[in-house]
Amino acid sequence: MQIFDLAAADHAFIAEVQARSHQDIKTCYQCGNCTAGCPYTFAYDYSVSQIMRLIQTGQKDAVLKSRSIWLCGSCQSCTTRCPNNIDVALIMDVCRHMAREAGYATERAVKVFADSFLNSVSRYGRAFELGLMTEYMARSGRIFTDVDLAPSALMRNKLPFKPHRIQGRDQVARIFERFRKGGAHA
Amino acid sequence: MHNIAYYPGCSGQGTSTEYDRSTRAICQALDIALTDVEDWSCCGSSPAHTVNHVLSAALSARNLAQVEAMGMTRVATPCPSCLSNLRTATHKMKDPDFQSKANALLDTPYRNTVDVQSVLQVLAEHVDPEYIKSKVVNPLTGIKIACYYGCIMNRPPALMQFDHHENPMAMDNLMAAIGAEVVPFPLKVECCGASFGIPRGDIVHKLSGKLLDAGRRLGADCFVTACPLCQMNLDLRQGQINDALHENFKIPIFYYTQLLGYALGLDRAELGFEKLCVDPRRALGKIKQPAQTR
Ligand code: SF4
Ligand code: SF4
Repeated sequence: MQIFDLAAADHAFIAEVQARSHQDIKTCYQCGNCTAGCPYTFAYDYSVSQIMRLIQTGQKDAVLKSRSIWLCGSCQSCTTRCPNNIDVALIMDVCRHMAREAGYATERAVKVFADSFLNSVSRYGRAFELGLMTEYMARSGRIFTDVDLAPSALMRNKLPFKPHRIQGRDQVARIFERFRKGGAHA
Repeated sequence: MHNIAYYPGCSGQGTSTEYDRSTRAICQALDIALTDVEDWSCCGSSPAHTVNHVLSAALSARNLAQVEAMGMTRVATPCPSCLSNLRTATHKMKDPDFQSKANALLDTPYRNTVDVQSVLQVLAEHVDPEYIKSKVVNPLTGIKIACYYGCIMNRPPALMQFDHHENPMAMDNLMAAIGAEVVPFPLKVECCGASFGIPRGDIVHKLSGKLLDAGRRLGADCFVTACPLCQMNLDLRQGQINDALHENFKIPIFYYTQLLGYALGLDRAELGFEKLCVDPRRALGKIKQPAQTR
């Protein structure tokens, strides 16, 4: 069992999660409905209701360093079933944003995959599956990821070798540029 | 005749070409005119919303602004992930503060005048089932289907506003209307493992394996799905799932549009059954041929 120091609550953290998610964290009464329906609990270090409790008690490090916030599949089961209408999936998203900004990546492969995907979009305007796989393998060091699937996909002509470059790819690239410069929150 | 803007989504150009083609074919057969969103770009998919919501909304809103520029007010997409992103952008941008942040990232601001629906919703709410029935030439009599909606087509309900969030019926009703037997599939809205196939394949193997197991127990000959990511996890990764779980699943995973197209007697070349990894012939063989030859 893990013991958390409730006296060491980080109130600024609680306030930031509330402000960025527009959710009232204290209304969670720990019924566990979210966890009961969460298909990812088996892979989490803290269940989703435990994450809610850790936020309520201001345990910033435990939350932002958790695996769970990276492994949430955004399936919306928790949000749909919370009796207090808390948008729990949104809170998981916000914690992941904050973990990224703080430089954490407890599930590094998940972060590298998302980054590779977005790089591909910023380059061509659309996701280019083969290109993003190549970048992912190079950056994650996982060379043999899914090579078993390649023949199947290639045989069925499902992995184009060339990206679809859209006309407005500069417009899309500018979205990413402005985002990086402005550091827009929310 | 409905005239709707069409947002194909990136996977429609790659891993789910058969979904894109069969969607276009059934819409044409049912008098729904689709006009592609001009020079559409990626909606950001799940990676964007896991990084930042303003970025995610801007990537989606560029496309919605394109729809506005086309003078149209309704866009449909086959992909639930695109649907969820486009609807989330629309919803969040109702807040003026959020809207100005998202528009600040765009060349052309989005005025938020476009309604986003799934192609399934268009079929379920705007096309008379009797009309669809009247067009059936190959009824699907004899085949047992598990309809799998995936986790975000209907959830959260306040955002998606379509069908039921625990027990959606749109695909079940459609498949029943064209003659198939639908099994009462209890995991309709459970998650398949989403986009973790590459970084955490083990998660997909476990979650998708659970779906396949439930389908098999119900005696389903096949699944139908409306989501490119679900279809890929269940079909392309079925071999991996078998290896990881010491299983022997051989369940074909169709897009609902492929079976609808089959029932409507559309050109097989438009339906792309050969694109499926798990051989669908045995399941299709269950369909009783009509007594009279064509
Ligand atoms: S379902 Fe809602 S109230 Fe219940 S534990 Fe989860 S977040 Fe808290
Ligand atoms: S949205 Fe995330 S936390 Fe909520 S039920 Fe789904 S996987 Fe679990």
